[in-house]
Amino acid sequence: MSDVQEEKPPTPTTRPPTVTPLRVVVALCLLAPFVALLWVNSYARTDPAFIGIPFFYWYQMAWVLISSALTMTAYQLWQRDQRARGAGRDRGAREGGVSR
Amino acid sequence: MTDGVNGVALTVFILFFLAVTVMGFLATRWRKAENEHSLDEWGLGGRSFGTWVTWFLLGGDLYTAYTFVAVPAAVYAAGAAGFFAVPYTVLIYPLVFTFLPRLWSVSHKHGYITTSDFVRGRFGSKGLSLAVAVTGILATMPYIALQLVGIQAVLDVMGVGGDEGTHWFVKDLPLLIAFGVLAAYTYSSGLRAPALIAFVKDTLIYLVIAVAIIYIPIKLGGFDDVFAKAGEAFAQPSPATGAPRGALVPGDAGQWGYATLALGSALALFMYPHSITATLSSRSRDVIRRNTTILPLYSLMLGLLALLGFMAIAAGIKVDNGQLAIPQLFETMFPDWFAGVAFAAIGIGALVPAAIMSIAAANLFTRNIYKDFIKPDATPAQETKVSKIVSLLVKVGALVFVLSMDKTVAINFQLLGGIWILQTMPALVGGLFTRWFHRWALLVGWGVGMVYGTAAAYGVASPTQKHFGGSSAEIPGIGEIGYIGLTAFVLNVVVTVALTFVMRALKAPEGVDETGPSDYTADAGDPDVRVELPTATSGDPDPVR
Repeated sequence: MSDVQEEKPPTPTTRPPTVTPLRVVVALCLLAPFVALLWVNSYARTDPAFIGIPFFYWYQMAWVLISSALTMTAYQLWQRDQRARGAGRDRGAREGGVSR
Repeated sequence: MTDGVNGVALTVFILFFLAVTVMGFLATRWRKAENEHSLDEWGLGGRSFGTWVTWFLLGGDLYTAYTFVAVPAAVYAAGAAGFFAVPYTVLIYPLVFTFLPRLWSVSHKHGYITTSDFVRGRFGSKGLSLAVAVTGILATMPYIALQLVGIQAVLDVMGVGGDEGTHWFVKDLPLLIAFGVLAAYTYSSGLRAPALIAFVKDTLIYLVIAVAIIYIPIKLGGFDDVFAKAGEAFAQPSPATGAPRGALVPGDAGQWGYATLALGSALALFMYPHSITATLSSRSRDVIRRNTTILPLYSLMLGLLALLGFMAIAAGIKVDNGQLAIPQLFETMFPDWFAGVAFAAIGIGALVPAAIMSIAAANLFTRNIYKDFIKPDATPAQETKVSKIVSLLVKVGALVFVLSMDKTVAINFQLLGGIWILQTMPALVGGLFTRWFHRWALLVGWGVGMVYGTAAAYGVASPTQKHFGGSSAEIPGIGEIGYIGLTAFVLNVVVTVALTFVMRALKAPEGVDETGPSDYTADAGDPDVRVELPTATSGDPDPVR
C-alpha cells in the first residue's frame, strides 16, 4: 500500500533521496482510509444519526468523499514530485514523459 | 412476482434494451482503427480510451448488475454485515493508485494484453503465467453467470420469468434472447460495445438511485422510520438459528469479519481479468491515476443503494429469495414506467460487465494458453479470431451453468472465485515492484493459497447449506472469524517468501526478465513506447517476441 516510494526515476546518478517529506505525505494520504475503515470498532455505533441515518452508515459514506479527496491530493503531490525529479534529470527526450 | 406481466414496465425495458442493442452493433464504427484484426483493437478497444470513457467503462465493469441486486439483498437479509461493500469499494482506489499505473506502463511498453502476459514476461515462467491465466478464467466464469442471475431477477419481477410449471424453454426464452444479442455484438464490436453501452447503463443507474433515495424514504416517512422498522425486524429471532437475524451495527464478534472482507475484497478486485482489461484500454498512465480519484463516485452510489435494503424491510417487502428484494421494492414503490427504467438499468447493467468479462477471459485463453502452448506462431488476426470464438464459448458456458444448476451453485463459485483470484496477487503486484520473489516460490505459494482457500470454504456450513455456506471462517492462530480469502493470501505470501529464500540458497534458475526498471514508469509519448492512437501501429506483431 505504501509502496509508492519504490517508484523511482530510472537514472540513479542525480537522484534525490527516495524518502522525502512530500512522499511521506503521499503515503499517509493513501494509508489513512485503511486505518479509518478497517478499525471497525471506532465507528460501530448508531449515534449520532444524520437525517435519520445511523452513524455507522453515514460515517462510512462520508469516507468515500474523504478518501477521494485524499487520493486526489496524493495524485497532485505525486505529479509535483515527478515534475521536480523530471526537471532534475537529463533534459533529453524523456523529459515530461514520467511527470505527465 | 408471478401475478401477471407488468406490461408498461416490460415495454420500457424492451425499448431500452433495443436501443443498447443498436448501439452495441454500431460500436464497431466508433473510433475505428485501420487495423481492426488485432487483439489490441478487438480486446482493448485500441488502447485509446480517455478519462471519461474509462470512467464509464470501469464503473460499468466493476459495479455490476449483480452488485446492484446482491448488496442491498445482503443488507436486507443481515443489516450491517452487508454494508462491507462500502469500505471495500473505498479502499480499492488508494490501493490501485500505487500499482495500476506501473502495470499500464509495462503493458504498453511490451504489448501485454493480460496479467498473465506480464507475469510470463517478468518471471520468464510459462507455468506461473498459466496458473494466473487459469485462475483468472475460473474466477470470471461464475461472475458472468451471476450477471445472468441479475437479469433473471428483473425478468422474474416483471412477470416474464414464467411459473415453475412452464416449459423450461419458454421460461428461459427472454434470458436466451438477451444473451444471444449480447454475444452477437460482443463478437462483432469487441470492447467498444460495452464501452459505449456503459454510458447508457451508468446514466440510468445514477438516475434511478437519485430518484429512489429521495422518493422512497419520503413515501416511507423518512430515514428515521426506515431504520426504526429495520431495527425491529432485525431484532426478531430468525427461525433457522434462533439468534436475531441481523443488526444495524456489527457486534464485537462481527468486526473482524467485516474488516477482513472489506480488505480482502479490495485487494482482489483488480486481480480480476475484466478489471485489468478495462484498465489497459485507457490511453495513458494519467487516465488511470485520474480515474482513481473520480471512480469513488460509484462507491457513494453503492452506499446509497445498500440503504435500499433497509427500505425494502420498512416497506414490508417479503421475498423468499433475497435477490428479488430490490426489484420488488422498485415495482411496489415506483409508477410502472419508472419501474421499467429501473429494471432496464439493472438489465443493461448486467450486459456491460458480462461483455467485458467474456472478452477478458477470452484474451487470457488466447494469449496464455492458445499462443503459449498450442500455436506459438499465431498471427494477430488468428489471435483475434480465437478470442472472438472463445468469448462466445465462455458466455454459452455461463448460460448453461445458470440454466442447468441451482443459483446457489453460481453464488458458491463466485465466492470461491474471489478467494482464488486473490492468490494471483503476489505474482502480479509483487512482480510490479520487485523481482526478488522466485517464480517457483510464487507458484507453490499460489497453490497453497488455492488449496487452503478452497478447503476452508468447503468447510463453512450455513443453516441452508452444508458446504460453501459463507466466505468467513476462523483465522488459525487468531481465533477470530475472518475472510477466508485474506487468510489464504497471507499463507500464500508467507510460503512464497520462505521458499524464495530456499530457492535463492539453492541457486535455482530464476528465469529471464524481459522488462527493465524504466518500463514501469514509461508513459504514452515517451520514445519507444508504442503510440496507442487507433490509427497508429498498435496492430503490429508484438515487438518483443
